Amino acid sequence: MPDMTSKTDVQGDSSTPRQQALHISNLAFRWDQTQPPLSYPDITLNAGEHLFLRGPSGSGKSTLLSLLGGLIVPDAGTLTLLGTELAGLTSGQRDRFRADHMGVIFQQFNLVPYLTTLDNVMLPCRLSRKRRAQALPTPAKEAESLLTELGIPESHWHRRVTGLSVGQQQRVAAARALTGAPELILADEPTSALDSDNRDRFIELLLGLAAEKRSSVVFVSHDQGLAKRFDHQIALETIQ
Amino acid sequence: MSIRLAFSLAMASLWYRRRVLALVTLTLTLSITLLLGVQYLRTEVKQSFSNTISGTDLIVGARSGQLNLLLYTIFHIGDATNNIRWSTYQKLQEDQRIDWLVPISLGDSYRGHRVVGTSDQFPEHFRYGRDQKPELLAGEWFSDVFEVVLGARVADQHDHQPGDDIILSHGGGKTSFSNHKDTPFRVTGILAPTGTPVDQAVYVSLQGLEAIHIGWESGVAIPGRTVTPEEARKRDLTPDAITAALVGIDRKVLTFQVQRQINESQAEPLSAILPGVALSELWRIMGQFEKALLGITGFVVIISLIGLIAVLLTLQVQRRQEIAILRATGASPMLIASLHVIECVILAVSACGLALIVGAAGIAGLSPWLLETWGIQVTLRPLNQTEWLIITSVPLASLIVGLAPALLAWRGSRKQGLGHVMPE
Repeated sequence: MPDMTSKTDVQGDSSTPRQQALHISNLAFRWDQTQPPLSYPDITLNAGEHLFLRGPSGSGKSTLLSLLGGLIVPDAGTLTLLGTELAGLTSGQRDRFRADHMGVIFQQFNLVPYLTTLDNVMLPCRLSRKRRAQALPTPAKEAESLLTELGIPESHWHRRVTGLSVGQQQRVAAARALTGAPELILADEPTSALDSDNRDRFIELLLGLAAEKRSSVVFVSHDQGLAKRFDHQIALETIQ
Repeated sequence: MSIRLAFSLAMASLWYRRRVLALVTLTLTLSITLLLGVQYLRTEVKQSFSNTISGTDLIVGARSGQLNLLLYTIFHIGDATNNIRWSTYQKLQEDQRIDWLVPISLGDSYRGHRVVGTSDQFPEHFRYGRDQKPELLAGEWFSDVFEVVLGARVADQHDHQPGDDIILSHGGGKTSFSNHKDTPFRVTGILAPTGTPVDQAVYVSLQGLEAIHIGWESGVAIPGRTVTPEEARKRDLTPDAITAALVGIDRKVLTFQVQRQINESQAEPLSAILPGVALSELWRIMGQFEKALLGITGFVVIISLIGLIAVLLTLQVQRRQEIAILRATGASPMLIASLHVIECVILAVSACGLALIVGAAGIAGLSPWLLETWGIQVTLRPLNQTEWLIITSVPLASLIVGLAPALLAWRGSRKQGLGHVMPE
């Protein structure tokens, strides 16, 4: 049964006047009543800072992302995002909150297969008015410039995403997460399907663009080699 | 915005899965076509059926049930139980309340088609459809003893023109061994198609029938007693009996009075029936079959809707990732559920649209054949209320069945984590 303890605490200085992107304390969750709960270390992350979240399989990394995304609610503890206590929101409000403030990148299969590359990138702008307003100058223009920066050839923009390579798909997913400048980007092992060249390039582009959009990135991975690029790192561990 | 997004996503998703969905849509289209077709034909056949006779107030024949009398006089199905005497017919002619009488004498045939002995009163007073007169396509109504007028189908089937000579057979049946070969009839006219049993019949004068039966009193031709046409003309050709008579009443309010008097006639056991009442009774019997048929085709539609759901549920497994992406991007479980319902309804609506096209093309293509082979007149017309009800009920039904995958998706996406399906 997985149980987590904090190995390294977040080094961020919570006394700075910057807005907190994320604050969790005493957080616990269980998928199943017959199992002991997953519990998490307290984390505070300031706006614009990036967090590396490491841990073996089953340590609850993805569950933490689901909690942060508001898709599931914690059994105990508090979870505050951008000054908003998620537990105080209804599930509909949490969906709204996620659409307005968060970008998400999965491990793989990130794209809606029947939409074009551009439509996939602009999907958050169609689900959130706020993101649409923040996509400057227009959602389409912003998507195009993101795709250019992420190195997706223009010939793919208006085609369905099924023709893209895995590396390209992950970069399109990054463009989608970044569009409309969300405050928080949740990335669930986005580089695990990539080779090392692609991986380094991906991280570089993601963090570079996130800095441009002033977005905080919560990056989950078990690849310790990536940790040095982040402001903070936390390891979740399974205690046998 | 959310509805527009749901629609555009649903359309893109349907297009993406068009190969699989085309087959279920085809199944649904065919079943709706079938259902709509049965309902349409039902109405048309009923119309065609009740168009068989109009304007006649009473049908008078020997005593029998009203269905039997209607069937043999108008539809030429089955045989008369008995004849009515010529004197009775004459008495009816003298009745002041009766406006007109059309005599009908049955019993012979021409290559399987009924020979109807009548008079010049037939084209004058017989009406079908909306008070339509049987028109002559070519030639004129018979005026001589040995002249005959053919129904449209008879002329068409045997390729007869006015001027042709034909030989009538004694009794019914397609192949008869006793033919009135000494007394050929000359075709003088051909009737226009009516879509009624008139098309299948052959019309001669009562005198003509009388003439060809001289020497046939025992049922077969007795050698030496038959006569040539020339000899026959010299005889008194007034018939002894006829099979039935169509009656037109001067003042319609007296119809029931006349009917009762005929039914209570002391001179001879007679039956007078109201054609409309008999037709609706006949339709009530036939109606059971078509209702059963409609029920069966209704089930076919339900089965194909279930097939549609089966396919959609199978597809749902493939769609987990896509739903995870939409959820992670901020789509609510309601949006996910509405995607499924919208897709289902769009499929049903397009199946209905296709069914209308296929159905209209089918009816347009088949109606000449139906008229020719079955004598049923089916025309293309706007849908009636029942048919609209059927065609709108299909998308409604699909909306209801679409709720099944939608509900599953809704429940699933509520329990789903970020990109991960909750462990069951």
